[in-house]
Amino acid sequence: MNIFRFFAKESSAPAARDRLQVLLAHERASVGDNDLVSKLREEILAVIAKHVKVGDDQVNVKMDRGDQVSTLAVDIEIPLEKDARAA
Amino acid sequence: MAKVIVVTSGKGGVGKTTSTAALGAALAQRGEKTVVVDFDVGLRNLDLVMGAERRVVYDLINVIQGDAKLPQALIRDKRLETLHLLPASQTRDKENLTEDGVERVMDELRKSFDWIICDSPAGIERGATLAMRHADTAVVVTNPEVSSVRDSDRIIGLLDSKTAKAERGDKIDKHLLLTRYDGARAERGDMLKVDDVLEILSIPLIGIIPESMDVLRASNVGSPVTIADERSEAAIAYRQAAQRLAGENLPVALPGERRGFFGKIFGRRAA
Ligand SMILES: Nc1ncnc2c1ncn2[C@@H]1O[C@H](COP(=O)(O)OP(=O)(O)OP(=O)(O)O)[C@@H](O)[C@H]1O
Ligand SMILES: [Mg+2]
Repeated sequence: MNIFRFFAKESSAPAARDRLQVLLAHERASVGDNDLVSKLREEILAVIAKHVKVGDDQVNVKMDRGDQVSTLAVDIEIPLEKDARAA
Repeated sequence: MAKVIVVTSGKGGVGKTTSTAALGAALAQRGEKTVVVDFDVGLRNLDLVMGAERRVVYDLINVIQGDAKLPQALIRDKRLETLHLLPASQTRDKENLTEDGVERVMDELRKSFDWIICDSPAGIERGATLAMRHADTAVVVTNPEVSSVRDSDRIIGLLDSKTAKAERGDKIDKHLLLTRYDGARAERGDMLKVDDVLEILSIPLIGIIPESMDVLRASNVGSPVTIADERSEAAIAYRQAAQRLAGENLPVALPGERRGFFGKIFGRRAA
């Protein structure tokens, strides 16, 4: 029985190749996307800072990459009116 | 004109230091003035593989900090007068490896050498990006194995963005050196195929180095395999890779298929 298993055992190299191809396609894309996210985050923060006083950690940008469409969610905590106005 | 080569990989232990020594010696054996530079600050090993560990007085950091002049730190190989080593520091902190300092040393080396081969530390951090910073050409050392290929892909991305050449808008030359290639595993189909690695990374192949006892033996005695065992398969493969670096156009054959049958021949271009 072991002998049959031995002969039946598929080689593993094709699996390695396929997994790498999928993984790297994602990793290459996500490096670019992350850069886009951090750029957007920075610029959005700069625009908001012109009008309201908010800290770095009060702005949250999330990206969700779908097959057809990606979404960008910007979540900003705006402080209370009395101390919100920028100088 | 001087050519700066970085030997890099991302993943550790794939054969960068071994390859730096072997390629450096092979280029020096062509009569061209060569220096191998160890960028692995804190974990230097190139001195050991080159058999110069007992002759290290000053190192790269001493030169950067002005404690020593470059010629004082360079160690000339006892076997080949065209071969030199600039060791890394074993004790100093890597923070001492400054961008300006590295640039000054590289500029000075360019004046007196034909080949400057930089042995990169593993990883994608500062040490690795400084080692690649001034390179004209990169040798990406990869084992035919998933994690090594993935890390090489990361390093290729860095080579295309973080090097001085890339920042100037030029393209850095990248070559794939496949090391620790195991013929028996390849035959069983349990090792990534050369074609697959080439297709995935899509950079041209500069050589395939077999997994070999001769390489281990050479580093045990402190001699690059291209000097220690000139006729071994690994030495031949490294020597041919050096010839390709020097611009010669030789096809790459699979290890174990050089003699006898005609093995599969790989073109220099990636798939
Ligand atoms: N072709 C080969 N055949 C057999 N052993 C090898 C081969 N190439 C390298 N080795 C061995 O693998 C080990 C790691 O090699 P080396 O130190 O050159 O890797 P490295 O990429 O420089 O590692 P690090 O990332 O730690 O700097 C050493 O023991 C070396 O002798
Ligand atoms: Mg090393």
